[in-house]
Amino acid sequence: MRTSAGLSRTVLAPVLLGLVALALWQLLVVVFEIKPFIVPGPLAIGSEFGANFATVLQGAVVTGGNALVGLVIGGIAGILFAILAALVRVLDELSAAVVAALAVVPIVALAPVLYTMFGAGAETARQLVAAIAVFIPVYINTLRGLRQVRPVHRDLMHVYAASAWQTTRTVTVPGALPFIFTGLRIASSLAVISALIAEYFGGPVGGLGKSITSAASSSNYNLAWAYVLGAILVGLVFYCVTLAIEKFATRHYQPAT
Amino acid sequence: MSEASVSSPEPQPAAPAAEVRDVEVPAVEVRGVDKIFTGKKKATVTALEEIELTVAPGEFVSLIGPSGCGKSTLLRLIADLDTPSTGTITVFGKTARQARIDQEYGIAFQQAGLLPWRTVTANIELPLELHGVGSAARKARSAELLALVGLSDFADNYPDQLSGGMQQRVAIARSLAESPRLLLMDEPFGALDEMTRERMQTELVRICAETGAAVVFVTHSIPEAVYLSNRVVVMSPRPGRIRDILTVSLGSASERGEQLRENEAFFENVSKVRELLHGEAPVGIRGVETR
Repeated sequence: MRTSAGLSRTVLAPVLLGLVALALWQLLVVVFEIKPFIVPGPLAIGSEFGANFATVLQGAVVTGGNALVGLVIGGIAGILFAILAALVRVLDELSAAVVAALAVVPIVALAPVLYTMFGAGAETARQLVAAIAVFIPVYINTLRGLRQVRPVHRDLMHVYAASAWQTTRTVTVPGALPFIFTGLRIASSLAVISALIAEYFGGPVGGLGKSITSAASSSNYNLAWAYVLGAILVGLVFYCVTLAIEKFATRHYQPAT
Repeated sequence: MSEASVSSPEPQPAAPAAEVRDVEVPAVEVRGVDKIFTGKKKATVTALEEIELTVAPGEFVSLIGPSGCGKSTLLRLIADLDTPSTGTITVFGKTARQARIDQEYGIAFQQAGLLPWRTVTANIELPLELHGVGSAARKARSAELLALVGLSDFADNYPDQLSGGMQQRVAIARSLAESPRLLLMDEPFGALDEMTRERMQTELVRICAETGAAVVFVTHSIPEAVYLSNRVVVMSPRPGRIRDILTVSLGSASERGEQLRENEAFFENVSKVRELLHGEAPVGIRGVETR
């Protein structure tokens, strides 16, 4: 009973709030006769989304695919580099400045440069932009997690005369898992945003980003908004899937003694 | 007890000659050990001073004293988790460091320190896994140990599904995984409630009788020390010194049951330890824990 009550509160309440907000939005658009190029009503966007579902889905697959490739490459690279930095202190000190610099760079700004490097006909540049965007939060969070080894576990591994690699494999990395997943969760939305924005700077057509710009430039505002809705949904799917994996992988991580 | 330690199974096949010699070699020998910690601004704290202690094979020795008397530090020195400033520590005739590398002892801390992402079985098998024991042998050993600590039904559970007492039992099973002849225990029951604690003490006495291992046991509970030990080492703080060593003659481990807690000799020994701790004649109610 308690779980169903909790479920209705965690799921129903935000859904209700969302519906109320949408109704209010529709009401404002109708009452004040707001023009579509300023903002169309949710009903108009919804019907446009329904009518063009196949093309929105196609765009979502392209953009989502780029984001996924970026998330996987950037995630793996971030985790591996963090493990290396945690094992080899010098590497950590050497790379700290580079990582800090990389964190400040607006990564999508690299897109035009990358398009010329890899050719404007390939998706590589977009995937790379997403990968770099993903790398930073995953690296920083993983490294923090790797440094959270509990003293009792460190003592235990010392007592077992375990090698550095054994300690990393059996204690440090599994212990850092909640932090790694926090990084991945932040990175998942970042991957979608980066892959999408990178499309604004060139490259092949077909993705959601390009579709938004082309629909907007041909004054098809309702369609542009339908693509935006598609982009929001892609981001949501990425976030929810990583959250679900996180919840599953760390289900036994309640503080044990 | 010493007979049991000779016949107890060895984790690694040792040369027969060495085994015979082990009877005379003390489990732990601490000679003239000082430990000085250097803090910030070069301030030094003498945690231990002139510690002399010998633990025979199969003997149960408790270290008791107020907080800050260095009893945990002494245990950490024996475990080679820290090194003494002066003096020597040998474990079964080896240096503390070599003994650690050779896995001569098992250890349990106040925190169970189980890995939350591993099942109970996988936690117990951890030291075996790290030292390259095959999976079939690991399985057999962990099943044996689970039966020993009475947790066979929880083999595939995760630590977060166990109570504190059960987690501590898993930790003790893990410390016994490689059949060590020496157990080091740093207040393993300190975080448990009184009832669980007494049950765990009874179990520990039984386990020690079965394995024949020597134990160095840190505690700040007087009844616990008396109930478990052959000898109680009473320590005093600042600097940490051994004030006295009391031999408790309450019979061998197999004779120590629950009824011992009601025994007159038990209370006498509790009073003696309290006297030594406070350095005065005992007053107040007998058998009540002063923690």
